[in-house]
Amino acid sequence: MAASIKAPPSSSSGAFPTLHRPRPSSPLKPARFVVGPPPARRLRSAISCTLARDSPVRMEEPALAQLLRPDPFGRFGKFGGKYVPETLMYALSELESAFHALAEDDEFQKELGGILKDYVGRESPLYFAERLTEHYKRPNGEGPHIYLKREDLNHTGAHKINNAVAQALLAKRLGKKRIIAETGAGQHGVATATVCARFGLQCIIYMGAQDMERQALNVFRMRLLGAEVRAVHSGTATLKDATSEAIRDWVTNVETTHYILGSVAGPHPYPMMVREFHAVIGKETRRQALDKWGGKPDVLVACIGGGSNAMGLFHEFVDDKDVRLIGVEAAGFGVDSGKHAATLTKGEVGVLHGAMSYLLQDDDGQIVEPHSISAGLDYPGVGPEHSFLKDIGRAEYYSCTDEEALEAFKRLSRLEGIIPALETSHALGFLEKLCPTLPDGAKLVLNCSGRGDKDVQTAVKYLKV
Amino acid sequence: MALALKSTCFVQLKRPKSCYAFRSSRQLAVVSTRRSTTMAALSTVATIGISETFAKLKKEGKVAFIPFITAGDPDLSTTAQALKLLDSCGSDIIELGVPYSDPLADGPVIQAAATRSLAKGTNFDAVISMLKEVVPQLTSPVALFTYYNPILKRGVEKFMSIVNDAGVHGLVVPDVPLEETEILRNEALKYNIELVLLTTPTTPTSRMKAIVEASEGFVYLVSSIGVTGARGSVSARVENLLRDIKEATTKPVAVGFGISKPEHVKQIAEWGADGVIVGSAMVKVLGEAKSPEEGLKELENLTRSLKSALI
Repeated sequence: MAASIKAPPSSSSGAFPTLHRPRPSSPLKPARFVVGPPPARRLRSAISCTLARDSPVRMEEPALAQLLRPDPFGRFGKFGGKYVPETLMYALSELESAFHALAEDDEFQKELGGILKDYVGRESPLYFAERLTEHYKRPNGEGPHIYLKREDLNHTGAHKINNAVAQALLAKRLGKKRIIAETGAGQHGVATATVCARFGLQCIIYMGAQDMERQALNVFRMRLLGAEVRAVHSGTATLKDATSEAIRDWVTNVETTHYILGSVAGPHPYPMMVREFHAVIGKETRRQALDKWGGKPDVLVACIGGGSNAMGLFHEFVDDKDVRLIGVEAAGFGVDSGKHAATLTKGEVGVLHGAMSYLLQDDDGQIVEPHSISAGLDYPGVGPEHSFLKDIGRAEYYSCTDEEALEAFKRLSRLEGIIPALETSHALGFLEKLCPTLPDGAKLVLNCSGRGDKDVQTAVKYLKV
Repeated sequence: MALALKSTCFVQLKRPKSCYAFRSSRQLAVVSTRRSTTMAALSTVATIGISETFAKLKKEGKVAFIPFITAGDPDLSTTAQALKLLDSCGSDIIELGVPYSDPLADGPVIQAAATRSLAKGTNFDAVISMLKEVVPQLTSPVALFTYYNPILKRGVEKFMSIVNDAGVHGLVVPDVPLEETEILRNEALKYNIELVLLTTPTTPTSRMKAIVEASEGFVYLVSSIGVTGARGSVSARVENLLRDIKEATTKPVAVGFGISKPEHVKQIAEWGADGVIVGSAMVKVLGEAKSPEEGLKELENLTRSLKSALI
């Protein structure tokens, strides 16, 4: 399925180290790193860049299972790719090879599984939100059954650690001792600083100067954990600029450094890799759903910033056509206000931080600064796989305003005694519109991607309690 | 003090041996009004393209001097003057950077230049307008340095058509990998624009060969692992890299990133490069000067000193 990478026909054959062909994982492995569709449906991509020997599948109705996610070039349809300076190209292919090799490495899998269990605290519960479900019951007693996937219970309080831990282990395998990362609110920065402390790696976090002010406590936490936090003053001094600066650091120090990108964005292989490291969320959910009600979820809901927690939940179910996938972005002050981060709703296709995807840009093609009350959703781009799933109609994307998110933040706290992260509150906020439309007894699983302790200082400015 | 370009009537000088006519901006304005030439009377020398420029220089046994500046820093009218200045001071090819919000391949100097330029309201259309006026007055070909998103925003074909209309001969896009350059190359070819590709110290030899085969105009050898920005010295790696590239192709090779001093320029020329590209050092003197006037003066001094290392 995965051929070795070739440059497009007109140029002479490019040379990348031959990729390890991903082989099917055994069901016993806790973390599956298989790329692309499972063995039974391993067919050539109808939209691969290499010339197809077989007659291509008719494009009107491409069977999802036949579309590689991603293809050997790192593309999800037209999205994705590796739009980075040439200096990084070798490092990216080296990273990809290492990733595929480790998928087959039992020792690595075992080590990772152990850390996810004993250090991160997996598996995270699938919790039936009784009072939230009651809240959405219609007058005739009908309504969906709402379950929360408790990623907020992980060590460090969010899903971010799944990816950070795996990438730190991978970096160690690559012999890289220096780790860099970007962070918006600080959650990914804290997760990275955490794993670097755990594995004894040098850690440098890039954070926009504006964000450092808004999230001073997280800055302290990162420094307490032993990381160096570097302020980025260029551009708008927020997450997108921190990401650009992290990429520049990587370009400069690529031989000694591994870049732990925090989401399913960036150049290939990151979108695929980060998704695979979070895919444990969806895998556990499938097992837990089977245990709890003997079936699959009907609807999956998750908030979307870069898209990592959503991809982690969705990926397992993308090929299950009867499972609805719903992503909720940040509408800030409203999608027509000009102050939002609703990339999939209002963005245009372009290239940002190495990937072709939807992004928020102005008429001149400059990247604009988004707005959301939640720093974790405050990114003007989105993972290319989400752009792809939206375009092919497999997943639906909506948005939720700051105000609606704050209401949901309070609602879950009151109804279930769980204070959710403001990011997660966006997904929760969308339930107001979604639940009335769902059939009775529909099983809804919402990814509770983080806990809200970090957000109380922000919330206190807006909420009367 | 911003210079207002009231008249676009600059006397067309054919590569003077020195740049005395441009020593001060005041003199510039004086010269132009005295001569009172009009745009129509200016001889528009059709510049030859990039490959042809290199071919010409090779016959003369010369190494190309290729400066880079960011459009709109400190402002577009200064950029216009700087382009003419660089041209008359003996640049063989001029690279002009289109300012972008997220320049991944650029270090602090060029980043800051882009931020200043964008804050002034510089946009692509304004850069093109300026080029339409200035390019006919230059003898050296101009290559645009831009990131991919602004190209995509307009559509690749439209972009090529626009820059071709402005008289641009070459294009460098640092965030498009070899695999994705086909679309760009095809559209560029239709409009006689040469798409220059970059190779770096981390590029494996086999990939380097694919890059040099596909590159047009010249091969851009990035001298070091990193982003743009002056370095203290040029890495010794460059000599080996140059040799490897020259074994793989007869196309001209220009070295860029980090070069800021005459000693660097001399060294790189001695190692066999066909061209030397100087960016951040030029951007810094021009953009960080106390006034545009002073910036242009500093730019002229730097250009002369660097160019002299190639004589």
